[in-house]
Amino acid sequence: MENPIIELEGLTKSYGSAKAVDNLSLKISRGEIFGLLGPNGAGKTTTILMMLGLTEPTAGLARVCGVDASSNPIAVKRKLGYMPDSMGFYDDMTALENLMYIGRLNRIEEHELITRAHKTMEIVGLGEEMHKKTSAYSRGMKQRLGLADVLIREPEIIILDEPTLGIDPSGIKEFLSLIRRLSKQQGLTVLLSSHHLHQVQQVCDRVGIFVGGRLLVEGDMETLSRNLFGEESYVLQISFREPAPPSGEHIEALKALDVVKQITIDKNLVEVSCSEDITPDVVRLFVQKGLNITGVRKKEFGLDEIYHRYFETNQKNNISNGKSAGLFQRSFFKRNNA
Amino acid sequence: MESPLVYFKGLFSKGIMHKGLEQQKAESPFRAMTRKEAGDHVRSWRFIVMLILIALTFLGALYVSLSNISAATANINDPDRLFVYLKLLTTSDGTLPTFHVFISFLGPLLGIALGFDAINSEQNNGTLTRLMAQPIYRDNVLLTKFCGALIVVSVLFLCLVLLMIGGGMMITGVLVEPGELLRILGFVAMSILYVGFWLSLAILLSVRFRNAATSALAAIGIWLFFTVFYRIIVNLIMSAVLPSSGPLPPEDLLSYNNLLLFLLRLAPSQLYTDAATTLLMPSVRSLGPLTMEQMAGAIPSPLPLKESLMIVWPQVTGLLAATTVCFALAYYLFMRREIRT
Repeated sequence: MENPIIELEGLTKSYGSAKAVDNLSLKISRGEIFGLLGPNGAGKTTTILMMLGLTEPTAGLARVCGVDASSNPIAVKRKLGYMPDSMGFYDDMTALENLMYIGRLNRIEEHELITRAHKTMEIVGLGEEMHKKTSAYSRGMKQRLGLADVLIREPEIIILDEPTLGIDPSGIKEFLSLIRRLSKQQGLTVLLSSHHLHQVQQVCDRVGIFVGGRLLVEGDMETLSRNLFGEESYVLQISFREPAPPSGEHIEALKALDVVKQITIDKNLVEVSCSEDITPDVVRLFVQKGLNITGVRKKEFGLDEIYHRYFETNQKNNISNGKSAGLFQRSFFKRNNA
Repeated sequence: MESPLVYFKGLFSKGIMHKGLEQQKAESPFRAMTRKEAGDHVRSWRFIVMLILIALTFLGALYVSLSNISAATANINDPDRLFVYLKLLTTSDGTLPTFHVFISFLGPLLGIALGFDAINSEQNNGTLTRLMAQPIYRDNVLLTKFCGALIVVSVLFLCLVLLMIGGGMMITGVLVEPGELLRILGFVAMSILYVGFWLSLAILLSVRFRNAATSALAAIGIWLFFTVFYRIIVNLIMSAVLPSSGPLPPEDLLSYNNLLLFLLRLAPSQLYTDAATTLLMPSVRSLGPLTMEQMAGAIPSPLPLKESLMIVWPQVTGLLAATTVCFALAYYLFMRREIRT
């Protein structure tokens, strides 16, 4: 990765003995959409605040556009648009006035400001409602206005903290495709934090999973699932018309293929886990044996699975490390033995 | 919220927009923020209520003094009788207190009303995070809150006093003298400083307390303490300290009196009243007790402006120091604060 636009090196923030962010190193290159994923309280917001220079890191360095954020926050904030998770607007001003105020704080010239504000409102789809008071805005509209707030400054980097929080599903889809489009059109770098995984999956080029202040993995979706699920990264689901499961003969034939790792049979549904994509072979085999296939589906691991996997291991570690109740420990050991 | 003062907005912004077009230069964030703060105050109901209250007390005090002005200016024994406009501000027949007495207890309320939710309401609405994400200095947020409110207060006091002078000219037909005008402007500056102290105290509390109601209550608590209870406490202390037996020698009496004055002057309202009285009544020569030796040979005549200013200088310094301390504390707390909602 050449010339990363955001560069975090050993970033650490402790509150007393608790570490909110623990030795985080991350590089994000220009024009990329990066998703920072993690459960609530994982330290996502703290990391973002440190990038903005709003919170002083205990150790480490956050460099944005080559500028150290904690020693020169103003220079960083000129290039970086930040949309916090819970946006507030001045309720007694209209949306346009709110936007123009932000424009003035960014030293946009007065004669240019009004046209720019109108244009930005059109881009985020609030052209009709720009003269309404923000107190009359719905949550989704406020989110759009928040994006307008960021865009009017024409930043190089946009940081969105939980941008999908509290918007309905269709709104989320629209919002994310808007971000994607803007990023591609204007070459913006976008950093997105979220705990909604499948939404982020749709738009991000790369994601990093962040749990308990540490970045567990980073990479694009494919690498991530390969790393995590290793051998069984392809799972085929084949359903048959006949309710009776296929006889042992076919299973034996399947097991003879050495890429197949596991086969589970549930009534008329067969699930085949394998290390390579052998969908045509499996289908051909079943067809040759005269079975009526009604559907073949290749199961892909979404972030949800990835996330659960990580979360599970994390929780297990917690339980084995901590002094939790006997019941938990017993069930944990039982599972281990089985 | 639509309010009757909306037209101020156009009035303020017209000039600035015009200027911006002329110079083709962007306005500094500090000015934009101060303008917004001042505009917000002018349009808020809270300020309108305070404005009405202060304007009413001003008119009341003025009415009482106007109806007694001829008697006051004709009083041969009064060395200040020639200062018609100062007399307008200080004459009363006892039915209503004079204007500066009103301000000594309404001023704090004005300062508190303009400042008690300066920071915490922004924080609770989530606008502070939004503001902090902009390329502005953090201390500018605090400073613009203070400046915006102080500008509004200054304009209010100046308007009232200038209206009084204009009205006085029309009614009495006496021209205002430069010295008199300077004294009145000094009084206005003193009043602004006094409100500024309470404003910075209220802003300090708004940084300290997350809840606007808590900070308002704390500010009003401090105000009540100084207006009502402080005097009682000082009296209690003095009666405990004073020996009960017999008449006191003059030296002791003097030292006790000085102690009493010292304690009273810890209250900001006392500082303000002292300063206002001295500025508005040129014949006041000292704020403490005077001995017979000091009084001997003194002619009961008005002091020149410079001498009056010398007398109130400690008061001005005290109020300025208190304001600065409050503001510095607010600054200290706010700069270290982590901005989150």
